[in-house]
Amino acid sequence: MSLDYDHLVQEDRVHRALYTDPAIFAAEMSNIFGATWIYVAHESEIPNPNDFITRKLGLRPVIVLRDANDKLRVLFNRCTHRGTTLCRHEKGNARAFQCPYHGWNFLNTGKLRGVPWADGYSSDIKDPKFNVAQVPRVESYRGFIFATLNEAAPPLLTWLGPITRPIDEWLDRNPGGKVFVCEANRFKFKGNWKLAYDNSSDGYHVIYSHRSLLEMENRLADESNKGMAYYKNSPDALPMYVQYMGNGHHFKDKRPNLQPRPGGLWAIESTHPGMEHAQDMFRAKYGERAESLLDLAGSEPVNVNIFPNLSLLGNHIQVFQPVSVDETDAIWYGTRIEDVNGDIGDALPTINALRMRTQEGFPNFGEVDDLANFEQIQRGLQCPEDEWIYMNRGLGLPDRIKHNPDGTITAPATDEVFMREYIKEWKKLMQARPELTIQREP
Amino acid sequence: MTMAAVSQDPSVASYYVDDAFYGALVARFTGWQDEARLIGDYPERDLFRALLEREARVLDQHDYDSWLAMLTRACVYWAPGTPQAGDPRTEIAVMFDDRRRLEDRIYRLRTGYAWSQAPVSRTVRLITNVEVFEAEDADHRMLRSNFLISEFWDNQVRVLTGWCGHHMEKTDGRWLIRAKQINLIDCDQCIRNPSIIL
Ligand code: FES
Ligand SMILES: [Fe+2]
Repeated sequence: MSLDYDHLVQEDRVHRALYTDPAIFAAEMSNIFGATWIYVAHESEIPNPNDFITRKLGLRPVIVLRDANDKLRVLFNRCTHRGTTLCRHEKGNARAFQCPYHGWNFLNTGKLRGVPWADGYSSDIKDPKFNVAQVPRVESYRGFIFATLNEAAPPLLTWLGPITRPIDEWLDRNPGGKVFVCEANRFKFKGNWKLAYDNSSDGYHVIYSHRSLLEMENRLADESNKGMAYYKNSPDALPMYVQYMGNGHHFKDKRPNLQPRPGGLWAIESTHPGMEHAQDMFRAKYGERAESLLDLAGSEPVNVNIFPNLSLLGNHIQVFQPVSVDETDAIWYGTRIEDVNGDIGDALPTINALRMRTQEGFPNFGEVDDLANFEQIQRGLQCPEDEWIYMNRGLGLPDRIKHNPDGTITAPATDEVFMREYIKEWKKLMQARPELTIQREP
Repeated sequence: MTMAAVSQDPSVASYYVDDAFYGALVARFTGWQDEARLIGDYPERDLFRALLEREARVLDQHDYDSWLAMLTRACVYWAPGTPQAGDPRTEIAVMFDDRRRLEDRIYRLRTGYAWSQAPVSRTVRLITNVEVFEAEDADHRMLRSNFLISEFWDNQVRVLTGWCGHHMEKTDGRWLIRAKQINLIDCDQCIRNPSIIL
């Protein structure tokens, strides 16, 4: 049965099959997680020559590495002999990978270096077809490494387009415009990956899905203004907004809600271990500079969502990793900073320690509730006769949605326009016939 | 001044989690399981075993007030995100709570809007292999124990397992938990709904 995507994706709603049909999931693993640029790792995870980290590109096990010549490569984690994975470690440093099954030995360029008893082969074992398959296109944007199997995909920068602005801003508030990955809060949920991507700019769920968090964050506050408390009354009347950025990317910007001054971000930070100590110590020691130092530990109130699997929010690099049609891993990589320009000095350890604690807050007390709701959507969608899921909030209201000259679309914070737009891009990709290719060293 | 006295209360303000605190915590949880410091005295081990069993029971019963009373005022509850525990100053942990954040955690569970715990998980904890290690003086002990938590949630039972390090401190004649380090064996893997107190 061929799938009629024009029927499944309509102006105001999508069919439940997008979340429940294994055939659609299987198609996504090539048309999306194969044919578009997929985030695979951050350069700070493989800073040195021969560093590697094992990841997945869709469902394909891959080794993301920096070879001896500093070239970034994404190798299929698959031996060319009989198919076993070459590397079972999550990360490390290696010039070569020796297959644990029969001992074929590959350089980290993918080239076959040697096999046991080569004289037992009649044909040339140095034939390039025995070199490890690798992803033909690997590009990095300011430390974020992306890969695609689609030779016809546009250059990474073109494909990112206007979303580079919020990516740049997210990075540039950190010293030297750099962040460094430092472990993660790692979650699994029994639901389709798009439930997480749908949620990533969703300003409509905050007040209810995160009600326990909002109450908790404000239990000790003089006035209830901590964390995402600004969602409480009329969020659509506030200066924050959601913006569709093209190519499936979208952006939720809550920064306009802040007081525009150093410390404006810190002022709404909810409570975290060590915060009063750091605050008093910084103010006594660094005077005016204290506020911007504290802001470095605070959670940047943006969601920069890069289709289909990357989301920058707070100080996190969140990755959505599909497992099956109804299972997804959501990994919240934490980031720390370094004193790249030498102007942070001895405040650095305290900032980073505090930044670790602020980053643990939302995953522990917010994300768990969203994930429970995603799982319950997956369950609700097991009613086949009730076919549609709505994303029509804001649709058809005059003067609510603004089309900008650069092609982006802006709307009030709780609008679902970003879902309607990204799912059009999804549909376009699903209707395409991309050619996926691999490459081997010559 | 009363204001200052109130603001120092670790349930309200977090002053004790400073650089020295982190340094001491990391040092304490490094290399402490030293055979030479193992206490072979069974009555003493039984005393701590009873204490850990009580902790397991009050948590299974969601009796969080009793549990909080088992901890020192300036306590820490730490579930590292890597098997070697790492340094919480430069690594994200699965959980790292001071007194106030622990009280936050419990407050959240009680709001009635914590969807990840609605309905609430039922748990049964087995605590075994308790070993007691000497620390700096007779008022401090380090405990190692293994745990196996059966958690019934969302129509199924799953198991969370690992080992704990407890730093115990004798305060006014009572042994209290000053630090609890929970080492999940899969702490660096994706975990479904990690929302109960371990
Ligand atoms: S499968 Fe790798 S050497 Fe045989
Ligand atoms: Fe959310």
